[in-house]
Amino acid sequence: MTAPLAARNPVAKLVAALVPTLALLTTLDPVTPALFLAVELAVLPLFGISLTTLVKRGWPLLVSAAGVAVAQQLFGTGGWPASIGLALRILAVAVPGIVVFATTDPTDLADALVQNARLPARFAIGALAAFRLVPLLGEEWRLLTLARRARGLDAGRNPLAHLRAFGALTFALLVGAIRRGTRLATAMDARGFAAGVPRTFARQQLIRPADVALMLASVALAVGLPLLTVALGVFRPALG
Amino acid sequence: MIELTGFGWRYAGRRAWAVRDVDLRIERGERVLLLGLSGAGKSTLLAALAGLLTDESGERAGTIAVDGRAGVLFQDPQTQLVMARCGDDVAFGPENLGVPAAAIWPRVRAAVDAVGFGYPLDRSTHALSGGEQQRLALAGVLAVQPSVLLLDEPTANLDPPGAALVRQVLARLDTTVVLVEHRVAEALPLVDRVVVLTPDGIRADGTPADVFARYGDELADGGVWVPDHPVLPRRAAAPAGAPLLTARSVAVPGRLAPTDLDVCAGAAVAVTGPNGAGKSTLALALGGLLRPGSGTVRATPALAGADAAARPPHAWRAAALATRIGSVFQNPEHQFVTGRVRDELALGPRRAGAAPESVRSTVDDLLTRLRLDRLAEANPYTLSGGEQRRLSVATALATAPRVLVLDEPTFGQDRRTWTELVDLLAKLRDDGAGVVAATHDEDFVDALADRTVRL
Repeated sequence: MTAPLAARNPVAKLVAALVPTLALLTTLDPVTPALFLAVELAVLPLFGISLTTLVKRGWPLLVSAAGVAVAQQLFGTGGWPASIGLALRILAVAVPGIVVFATTDPTDLADALVQNARLPARFAIGALAAFRLVPLLGEEWRLLTLARRARGLDAGRNPLAHLRAFGALTFALLVGAIRRGTRLATAMDARGFAAGVPRTFARQQLIRPADVALMLASVALAVGLPLLTVALGVFRPALG
Repeated sequence: MIELTGFGWRYAGRRAWAVRDVDLRIERGERVLLLGLSGAGKSTLLAALAGLLTDESGERAGTIAVDGRAGVLFQDPQTQLVMARCGDDVAFGPENLGVPAAAIWPRVRAAVDAVGFGYPLDRSTHALSGGEQQRLALAGVLAVQPSVLLLDEPTANLDPPGAALVRQVLARLDTTVVLVEHRVAEALPLVDRVVVLTPDGIRADGTPADVFARYGDELADGGVWVPDHPVLPRRAAAPAGAPLLTARSVAVPGRLAPTDLDVCAGAAVAVTGPNGAGKSTLALALGGLLRPGSGTVRATPALAGADAAARPPHAWRAAALATRIGSVFQNPEHQFVTGRVRDELALGPRRAGAAPESVRSTVDDLLTRLRLDRLAEANPYTLSGGEQRRLSVATALATAPRVLVLDEPTFGQDRRTWTELVDLLAKLRDDGAGVVAATHDEDFVDALADRTVRL
């Protein structure tokens, strides 16, 4: 693989993405999150992600960050520095998450969560299997909508009827999803998922030195950047 | 190998036993077809053999003993595949059983070879056809090296080529097999013994020839597809009448190639073709539920009066549509919108503005005609597969449309529901309705269709 950080252990990537979040919770100034964001954007190429890809995946976030900033400006008291600080914090927290999920195969993530983070297999593998059924929901929704029309039901221009139809469709979708989920769980148990013997792993996920280095680098940033802004005198603690 | 004595099972909260008084011995290497009428407890017995009935889910009588480990192949491939990649999925079972990592991949390869699966192991499980998915699911079952293979209608959800593929693989395996399947003719080459189950124990047990000679009629009456009990065709008594609905060069990009079709009064048309040819899409377009990408679907004045010239069916108001073209979906549950069978039937006529007395008489009439009267107060979601199918057809009939469009109406139905459906559709047709059915079912086409359009 050409992108050295994309190939890192999923749990290491997840930790590296979460640590800065903790640091960002400590401050209200706009400079600290701006520095984090700058570092995050600077390492994008190491994950093999272009800025365009990031914007494509993360544009709703960009919009909501801008919305939050405007709302804060209109109704808040901190003025533009606080509003922009808030928007930057949202982005600085979210970008690592987008990067992790864009560069991680779900199977690898589940494997690593079980093997390296010691999450119960029942949870991680179960969730993985359930997510396989999610794409079916879109087609199911379409068929349910068409079937309602075939039954003589249309909401017309009445917004209340639309809302009711939405509720009914959601319920029908849930019933179907639960049915499929139950069948899947039975099939998994029939293949020994509930056998109670310790599971083995067909695919090994290891924490290598490079993974440790990634996590340490993230911790170093999470400590270093706030220290830098404190030294510069722009740090504004969130508490007290 | 397998031994049951006086075995019974009652699900928690139920008064009746799902199955009871079962005495059965199956030796290593035997291949058994387990037959029974709907509700005879076949699935319960299979679940018991698979060790899936836990003590907290019900009450057991008698004893059940299975040497070694059972593997189960279920109907629906979609809900059996666990992982995103084919090889990972086959490895899932061995992982669960704690097989050492180094031994897992050789096992996976052996299982995949045993079923003749020809794709690379890193292939996405989503990218496979239904038949290939089921073949992969079987590899996943074989990878746990079961001493007995339990098959719960393994081909019921597949199109004919997919079903043939899976049966071909099953015929090659040399393990002990217990197969539940109501399409008996297809299953017979796979088995050497037939056991007939009723809720009160085993009714018959022996070689296929013996069992069908003695109990064939009884089984056929009870809904089992017994070989050499053909269903008589119901051809139209009169020639087709005037066209009600015409499709000209109807196409949907990527889903349906340009197709012409006329639905005439008093005629039944079958739409056939392999999976992915666009049968369901054509059914939706004819049903006024989908706007065609190109081409036209037009109603004639005989069907829609003045509305016929004004706008195509997909632009009609839903209430008007339901009184002219009824649609029956492949999965009945997609069509249920209320919590009671009776309300389900009353909904259409009520929306169409019928008077309360006339709604009540329509509903009562349909309940009797489709043998749903006992279930009038039940929740549609709780009905059996056959009952749900009858209800979904009844809801479409409640608004008395002159055109009925059905998508795979006989899919997975036992012989009894199948025959009732064919009789009902034949009667509608003879009363002057136009019937269109998208179907894989060759028997259904032979029995009912006056004309076949192959996509």
